[in-house]
Amino acid sequence: MELFITSYSHLAGNQVIVNDRLIFYQENILTFADFIRAAYKHSQTSYPKFYKMDAIGKLGFLAAELAIRERSLTGYPAERIGVVFANGSSSLDTDIAHYDTIRDRKAYFPSPGIFVYTLPNIVVGEVCIRHGFKGENVFLIAESFDGKLLCDYINELFDSGRIDGCLCGWTEVLGDKWNGLVTVVEKESHGVTPEAGNWHIPFNEKNINKIMNHN
Amino acid sequence: MDELILKLKKEVIEQLNLEDITPDDINPDSPLFGEGLGLDSIDALELIVLLEKNYGIKIEDPKDGKKIFYSIRSMAEYIMEHKK
Repeated sequence: MELFITSYSHLAGNQVIVNDRLIFYQENILTFADFIRAAYKHSQTSYPKFYKMDAIGKLGFLAAELAIRERSLTGYPAERIGVVFANGSSSLDTDIAHYDTIRDRKAYFPSPGIFVYTLPNIVVGEVCIRHGFKGENVFLIAESFDGKLLCDYINELFDSGRIDGCLCGWTEVLGDKWNGLVTVVEKESHGVTPEAGNWHIPFNEKNINKIMNHN
Repeated sequence: MDELILKLKKEVIEQLNLEDITPDDINPDSPLFGEGLGLDSIDALELIVLLEKNYGIKIEDPKDGKKIFYSIRSMAEYIMEHKK
C-alpha cells in the first residue's frame, strides 16, 4: 500500500520547520526550556496544560500541533487515527528531574506533577487527548533515530486495516539536546478535508530520514 | 495575612506552572478547583507537597484537603494556624 507524508514539523536546534518552510528561528537559545517556550508562544497555541507537561510532552505536543495545523485529520474516525512515536532515551530526562526531588532524604519532596511523566508514552496520551485520537498507539525505544522501524511499524498498521491516518514521531529530549519530528501519514495524498493542504511526499524510510537529516 | 496571601499566590503559580497568570489574576477568595484556575487532581497533590516543603505542614487526613485548599485565603489561614 502506498502511503504519504502529508505534513511534517521538525523542531531541532533553534528552529522549527514545517513542510520544508522555516517558520521559527531564534538566536541565542541555550536551553530546551527557553526554546520550547519561545516556539510555543510563536505558534499562538492556547493550551494551558502545555506548561505542566514534561520536556518530551512539550516537544511532541508542539510538533504534533504544528503538523496537524497544516493537515487536519478530522476527516477520519477518531478510532482509525494511530499515533506511533519513538525516541532514544525514553523518559530519562524526566526520570532525572524526579530523582532530583527525592535524592536528598532530608529534603524528600517528590513532585506528583513530575512523577506522572516518568513514562515515555505519556506524550502519546497528551497528543491523543488534545486531538481526540482513539486509534492504535505505541511508543518505541530505539538507540538512535530509526526510520525503518517507524516505517515498518506504520505500514503494518495500515496493511492490517486498523488505521486510515497516523502520526509518526521522534521525540527526543535529554538535558539541553533535543530533536522532535512529527509527520502526518495518510493513504490519500491530497487529504480528506477541503482545508487539507496539498504538500505531500511518499512515506518511506528514505524520505523520513531525509526530513530528519536535512533540517 | 495580606503578605502571606501574596507569597502564597506566587508559590502556587510557580509550583503549578501557571504560566501567563499573575498574582493579581487570582482572587484570594475564589475556589481554586472546579473553576477559575482550572486545577486538577495532580495540582491538588502538588499543593499538599507545597505546604509540607515550604511551611513544614503535613496534612494527616486527606479529607481536610477540600477545606484547606478551597481558596488561597483558606490555605493562608490554615498555614497561620499550623505553621511550626
